[in-house]
Amino acid sequence: MSFLNYLISGISLGSIYAIIALGYTMVYGIAKMLNFAHGDVIMVGAYVCFFAAAKYNLPPAIGILAAVLVCTTLGIVIEKLAYKPLRQATSLAVLITAIGVSYFLQNAALLLWSSSPKVFPNFFAQQTVNEAGKKIKITGFQLFGGQLRISYVTLVTIAACLVIMAALLLFINHTKLGKAMRACSEDKGAAQLMGINVDATISLTFAIGSGLAAVAGVLLCSAYPTLVPTTGSMPGIKAFTAAVFGGIGSIPGALLGGLLLGVIEIMAKAYISTQMSDAVVFLVLIVVLLVKPAGLLGKKVREKV
Amino acid sequence: MKTTRKILSMLMALTMIVALAAIGGTAYADGAIKIGGTGPLTGGAAIYGNAVKNAAQIAVDEINAQGGLQFELRYEDDQHDAEKAVNAYNTLKDWGMQISLSSVTSKPAEATSVEAYTDRVFSITPSASSTATTEGKDNVYQMCFIDPAQGTMAAQTIAAKGFGSKIAVIWKNDDVYSSGIHETFVAEAAEQGLEIVSDTTFADGNNTDFSVQIADAQSKGADLVFLPMYYDAASLILTQADNVGYYPAWFGVDGMDGILSLEGFDTDLAEGVYLLTPFNAWATDERTAAFVAKYQELYNEVPNQFAADAYDCVYAFAQACEAAGVSADMSREEICEAMIAQFSTMSFDGLTGSGATWDVETGRVTKEPIVVIITDGIYVTVD
Repeated sequence: MSFLNYLISGISLGSIYAIIALGYTMVYGIAKMLNFAHGDVIMVGAYVCFFAAAKYNLPPAIGILAAVLVCTTLGIVIEKLAYKPLRQATSLAVLITAIGVSYFLQNAALLLWSSSPKVFPNFFAQQTVNEAGKKIKITGFQLFGGQLRISYVTLVTIAACLVIMAALLLFINHTKLGKAMRACSEDKGAAQLMGINVDATISLTFAIGSGLAAVAGVLLCSAYPTLVPTTGSMPGIKAFTAAVFGGIGSIPGALLGGLLLGVIEIMAKAYISTQMSDAVVFLVLIVVLLVKPAGLLGKKVREKV
Repeated sequence: MKTTRKILSMLMALTMIVALAAIGGTAYADGAIKIGGTGPLTGGAAIYGNAVKNAAQIAVDEINAQGGLQFELRYEDDQHDAEKAVNAYNTLKDWGMQISLSSVTSKPAEATSVEAYTDRVFSITPSASSTATTEGKDNVYQMCFIDPAQGTMAAQTIAAKGFGSKIAVIWKNDDVYSSGIHETFVAEAAEQGLEIVSDTTFADGNNTDFSVQIADAQSKGADLVFLPMYYDAASLILTQADNVGYYPAWFGVDGMDGILSLEGFDTDLAEGVYLLTPFNAWATDERTAAFVAKYQELYNEVPNQFAADAYDCVYAFAQACEAAGVSADMSREEICEAMIAQFSTMSFDGLTGSGATWDVETGRVTKEPIVVIITDGIYVTVD
C-alpha cells in the first residue's frame, strides 16, 4: 500500500512538472528557443492569483483568470521587448537574454512583493467541521479505509494537463493559426514567403505559453503552497528536464516526461535515499538521452547537407 | 589644449579625494561613539537586515536619551553578499566607525570580520551564527548562538523534558546551517539515549514534496519530528503532515522563528510546535514588553530574534563602554583593547537571555536558550 501511496505522490509531483513542461515544449517546438523565463512567469501568475484571492477576496475562478490575463500580456511584452529584436541573432544570444529576463522577473518580484514567503490558499479543499466541533479541511479522497490518499489538486492537475494537451494538439494540427505555427517551426524564411506573419505567430506562441504558465503557477502553489520570488525557478528547471526527457518540442512527450520524472524522483527518495534522489533522477535522464538522444517521444530530425 | 585640461581635471579630482579622505580620518571627536554595521537592507534577506537596523536604532536612541554616553549608528546595505559587505565596511571605516556591529548574515560577516580584525575594530555580530565568523579573531564576538550548539541544546532539551523518545529528523543537506545542527543533534541524541528512527533530507531542487519524508517518520513510529530548517520549508512539512493526518510533536530551532508571521499560513497547523529560540516577543517581563511595544509603534510589526539580538548588542556596548570609561575621542584601536578586556570578563543581562558571558578564545556567547511552545498563535515559554 505504501508503494501505491508513493506512486500517487509521484504522479501528483509529476503532473505539476508536466503542466510546466507543456509551456516549455510548446514555445521550443514553435519558436525554437528555450524560454528560461518560463518558470518566473509561473511565479508571477501565482502572485497575481494570490493577491486576487487572498488580498481582495475574489473568487478563485476570477483569480485564475486574472493570472492568465496578466501572464499572457507579460509574455507578449517580454517577447516584443527582449526576444523580437534578437530574431536574427544566434540562438545563444537569445538563450542568454532569456536568462536575463528570468533574473529580471525574480528581482522585480523581490522589490514588489519582498522576500518574505506567502502561503497560497488551497482552492481545492473543503472546509468542514468534524465531530469534535473543530474546523478541518478535507484536501482529498481516502480509499481503503484511509490507507490510500489522492488529493483533489492532483486530480485537477492531471485533468488540466490532459485538457491542455488535447487542446494544444487540436489547435496546432487542425487550425489555420496552428498550421502557421507549424510552418514557422519548420522554416521561418519559407513561411514568410508564403505570406505567414512570422512575428505575429511567434507572439501568439508566447501568449499561449505564458497563459499556460499562469495555470501552472496556480496549480503548483495549490499543491505546494509556499510562494516566494524564486518559487518558479527550480520547478521550471525540473520541468525543462522533463521536457527534454520526453522529447523537447513534443507535446505528449512533455506529459510523459513530467509524469515519469515525478514518479522516479519520489521512488528514488522512498527506496534509495532522500539524499540521492536528484542524482538518480538525472542519472536516468543521462541514460535515456544516451540511448534516445531526441528524448522518449522526440522526433529525430535528419539534417540534409 | 584638450590633454592639459584632462590632466588638470584629473589632478583636481585627486586633490578632492585626498581632502575627503583626510576628513574621514580625523572625524573622531564630535561627542558620539560611532557604531557601524552592514546587513541586507534590500534583496532576499532584507527582513533580517532591517530588523537588526531598526532595533539597533531603538537601543541607540534610548541610550542617547538618558544623557551620558552618546552613540551614533550607521548601517550600510550589503545585500547578503560578501563582496558588497566589504565595500560597505570600507564606507563605514571612512566615515570613522569606532566599534562595529559586524554583519547580519554569516557569509558577509565572515568577510567583514577579517577586515575588522586587521583594522582592530571591535565587533560583535547580532546574528551571524557560523563558527568561521569569530574563529581566530580576538576582537570579534557573537550575540547569537553558533549553529551547531543548537543541535546539542535541542537534544538535551528533548531528553530532559521528555518531549519524545522516538525521533525523526528531516534536514536540508545542501545547507550548512541545517546540516551543522543535524550533526550535533544526532551525536547528542545518542548521548542522551534518544532513539533516531528516521533520518531523511531534502535540498534546494526538491524542497516542495515531503510526502516520502513524512511517510517514513510516520511508518517508523516517530513521536517527535525535529526540524532544523527555516520556517518556509517547515510550513510545507506541517501542511503536508496535516493532509495525511500525522500529528507528532514538532521541534524546531531558531530558523522556525517567523512561522507565525508567514502571510496566509494557517497558524492552527503550528499549534503545539516547540522551538528553541533566544527571544520570545510575547514574554511578559517589563523590558521585553517595552521593547516590543516600541518596535511595533515604530515599524508596525512584532520584532523577531534578530531584532532582539541587535538591541542587546548595543546595550552590551553601552555596558562595556561605561565600565571601561570609553569616550568618543578615543581611537578605534584604544577602544578595541578596552572592549576586549570588558567582554572577556563581563556578564550581560539582555532580552535574549540573562547572565550572558563570552569565551575569550572563540568569541562565542554562553547563555540559557529559551524553549517555547506555540499556543493560541503566540509563544509561551516552557519552564
